[in-house]
Amino acid sequence: MMTSVPLVIGIPFVSAAVLVLVPGYRASAAGNVLAMFATFLAGVSLLFVDAGASSYFIVDDMNILFIILNTLVGFTASVFSASYIGHEIETGKLTPLFVRFYHAMFLGMMGSMNVALTANNIGLMWVGLEMATLITVVMVGIYRTPSAIEAAWKYFILGSVGISLAFFGTILIYLAGQKALGEGAPAMTWSLLQAAAPQLDASLLNLAFIFLLIGYGTKVGLAPLHAWLPDAHAEGPTPISAVLSGLLLNVALYALLRFKMIVSAHPDAIDPGPIMIVMGLISLIFAAFMLYQRRDIKRLFAYSSIEHMGLITFAFGMGGPLANFAGLLHMAMHSLTKSAIFFAVGHVAQAKGTQRIAGIRGLSVTHPGLAIGLAVGVFAISGLPPFGVFMSEFLILTTTFARAPWLAIFPAFGLLVAFGALLWRLQDLLFGEPTEPAHKVSASSVPLIIHLGLVLIAGIYLPPTLVGWFERAAEMLK
Amino acid sequence: MEETLTLLFGQTIQMFLVLLVAPAITGITRRTKASFMRRQGAPIIQPYRDLIKLVRKESVIAENASWLFRSAPYAILAFTWVAAALVPTFASGLMFNWAADAVALVALLGAARALLALAGMDVGTSFGGIGSSREMMIATLAEPAMLLVVLTMALTAGTTRLPEVAEFLISAPVTVRVSLALALVALVIVALAENARIPVDNPATHLELTMVHEAMVLEYSGRHLAMIEMAAQLKLVLYISLIACLFLPFGMAPANTGPAAWLLGAAAYLAKLGIGAMMLGAWEVSIAKMRVFRVGEFLGGAFVFAFLAILLAFLTREVLN
Amino acid sequence: MNHAYDVSHLLAGLMLVASFALLYQDRIFAVLNIFAAQAILLSMAVGWEAWTQQRPHLFITAALALCLKGIIIPVALHKMIVRLGVHRDVEQVVGVGKTLLLGLALTSLSLMLVLKITVAADSFTREGLALALAIILLGMLMMITRRNAVTQIVGFMSLENGLILAATGARGMPLVVEVSVAFSVLIALFVFAVFVFRIRERFDSVDIEALEHVRGDTK
Repeated sequence: MMTSVPLVIGIPFVSAAVLVLVPGYRASAAGNVLAMFATFLAGVSLLFVDAGASSYFIVDDMNILFIILNTLVGFTASVFSASYIGHEIETGKLTPLFVRFYHAMFLGMMGSMNVALTANNIGLMWVGLEMATLITVVMVGIYRTPSAIEAAWKYFILGSVGISLAFFGTILIYLAGQKALGEGAPAMTWSLLQAAAPQLDASLLNLAFIFLLIGYGTKVGLAPLHAWLPDAHAEGPTPISAVLSGLLLNVALYALLRFKMIVSAHPDAIDPGPIMIVMGLISLIFAAFMLYQRRDIKRLFAYSSIEHMGLITFAFGMGGPLANFAGLLHMAMHSLTKSAIFFAVGHVAQAKGTQRIAGIRGLSVTHPGLAIGLAVGVFAISGLPPFGVFMSEFLILTTTFARAPWLAIFPAFGLLVAFGALLWRLQDLLFGEPTEPAHKVSASSVPLIIHLGLVLIAGIYLPPTLVGWFERAAEMLK
Repeated sequence: MEETLTLLFGQTIQMFLVLLVAPAITGITRRTKASFMRRQGAPIIQPYRDLIKLVRKESVIAENASWLFRSAPYAILAFTWVAAALVPTFASGLMFNWAADAVALVALLGAARALLALAGMDVGTSFGGIGSSREMMIATLAEPAMLLVVLTMALTAGTTRLPEVAEFLISAPVTVRVSLALALVALVIVALAENARIPVDNPATHLELTMVHEAMVLEYSGRHLAMIEMAAQLKLVLYISLIACLFLPFGMAPANTGPAAWLLGAAAYLAKLGIGAMMLGAWEVSIAKMRVFRVGEFLGGAFVFAFLAILLAFLTREVLN
Repeated sequence: MNHAYDVSHLLAGLMLVASFALLYQDRIFAVLNIFAAQAILLSMAVGWEAWTQQRPHLFITAALALCLKGIIIPVALHKMIVRLGVHRDVEQVVGVGKTLLLGLALTSLSLMLVLKITVAADSFTREGLALALAIILLGMLMMITRRNAVTQIVGFMSLENGLILAATGARGMPLVVEVSVAFSVLIALFVFAVFVFRIRERFDSVDIEALEHVRGDTK
């Protein structure tokens, strides 16, 4: 572990520093892809290493899967980004000057997310998330149009307030841990805190969790703290939307789960479950209804992300081995599917020159391959079998129904509403008279295919090792 | 027996001391203002002469004035004099120690103000009406701040009785506290408002737009006016003594000490009064008067300071116990 | 011991007063000056904590707060305001009176909350945390009730002042966290500066209201 973890973190940052100096788009794009591939390999190598914890880093059942997922999606996103951004430069939406920083920032963001995932020190986790947030803020505003700037500003304000509240929560956790573990670094080490959880002060833990829930919950996109999410997704470049939805939301939720584990282990502290259930349901149902009004394709799928994160939060709020398993599975499936959808949406936006749904018609005629990809993606994300998302949603609903039948109505209702909206919109996009313009798709479709393929396979057959992973992680979550 | 006589004697001295000193304090303030403006200015004893002159003159009263108009000045002077006599000046622990409660003080001053406002409206002139309504607006904002300051001192010292607060502050090792500083600022603002000083009101003006206190007493003359002027001067002395007692109680003779300590305390007290009067004069020439509508903000600031003072005092008390 | 408490109480209390002053001030340059004063007070408070807790690395944080937030950032923002011709008067969403009353309510709330929860901790920590939470909430209030991007930035930075105060109040929090907090302030400012500049390129003012015409939600 001690060699692999620094690699997983170090490679992105070092490459970022190097890429700042590389002029020329092609070279730095290639460098980006290479660096991300190397990081992916480093992430996979963690599989062959014993789980363990140092005072700053930790590799255990909970985060190994997220690390691999993170690096994988990062790699495919870099492949997609290489050809996509090339096209953006050709059409003049981005100037070459920014592109140099774009790749450096991309790698910086991935590195920060890896820091947050592998951190054992809760302060370090916070640092990773904050840096990732700040970098994505800059990237959202990169097109420098009025709406992009507004989106970035909104994201910045809400994200910063959220991250500050999360920091205050972190301080409170430290204070709680200080009495049991002494001053200094041990009181900020997650593994030690988890072990000493029952001895911590309950009221401090309660207050800390509230702050952490609001703080990190803003970054997860839970309603009513979600206001930054649709704009950020719509106005930023598509690879960033993919990474935001697919990865950053997950990392924020992961951080929240780490703290949930501490609080749950204390018998007298508030039960995080009901709060998470309520917030999850509110996000789910709210986002599902909002799907009907959207006229911008990226905003549509941004609200879909809010809906799914709400569902996942609901699942973790329910707790218990089956619901936790389903939540973890859904996090992975959503990550792959949503990023695939955004890849497809990126192709569509470039092909049609617009993001407005009204301007995109008849894709099945003009771009049949892309139409199929988009359709498959939407089927997957709306929870149709045989895709993986169906499996996790099914598990969530059945376990909820088994334990609290009346409660199961709400997520089921929300999912149905969302399903309807998505399919309706898909129909709009695919069929009808084709609209002008209709450029050729020049970006690579390989990432899209890989992701959707993985989701399809996972829906049909989940390898026993994966099942074992999820089960062990679910066990840790209680 | 002997002790009570001494205390009674001391209290009587205090009563008359404030009465005698009050016009001089106003004189010092005016003299300071004049010297800042490079004028000669009237001598310090001029207010005494003015009072005597007024007492000798005939009191002209409007035809439609009621009994309230005629009796208000007496009552106002009485209330204010009692209040001023109670605030510990050179010694604490005098005869009427138990009555020197800060809340009672606020009540006495409030009663005096109410009577003055009523008297201003009594004759039915528009000047009086303006003055009374403005005075009441200022009072509405200033009294809560004053009470909060009183409560802050109560939190710090554990009692609202002024002599005991003074003793607590002399004896206990109270260092620089933000809450006390904030309370001081709030009290100074309230004092400026209550005494009709710049920036809230101009005591030397007779322009309709800028009058508050002067407007209410415009109809008075002769001995009535003398009493109201006396009351205003006593109020100024009261506030300066209050600030000195609460925040700068050095030199005040503690309870159960003899006349020697009293003399020392009296010297300290008179020095504080003089310095306070001069500072007030300097302040008045360096600041412009505010628009009436902004007085609300100004006093709101006093309220916020006083509230913060209480919060911080509460915090200190909770944390240190 | 009492001395140590008194000084830290004094500095933290003055920081709180500065937060209130930030709330009611409506001229941009005054806002910047008060913020600079608050940053200087913060650095003094952190320095004092470094002295009494005998943790010399806190001096670094104090120096950083002093130089960066006390001097460099206010000066830079001052120059930027002059150059961009930003509105000198700040409009408030809610009136000054209501804002101040809200501020008082938030302060009372945070005092009550922290005092109740940290019953077992020592007095420095309780006090520092209570006042820090109040400053944080007031910073958020300032961000919400202002119409000008520059003052929203200042509100955020005063929020971070409160965070640093809380972090130093918690005894023994490791250096990693402190350096990273300071580091984040740096990056945050960079982002801000870039933002404000970019915003200026597109609009004639840095008024947030002008930005809101580009509402995305109906799209």
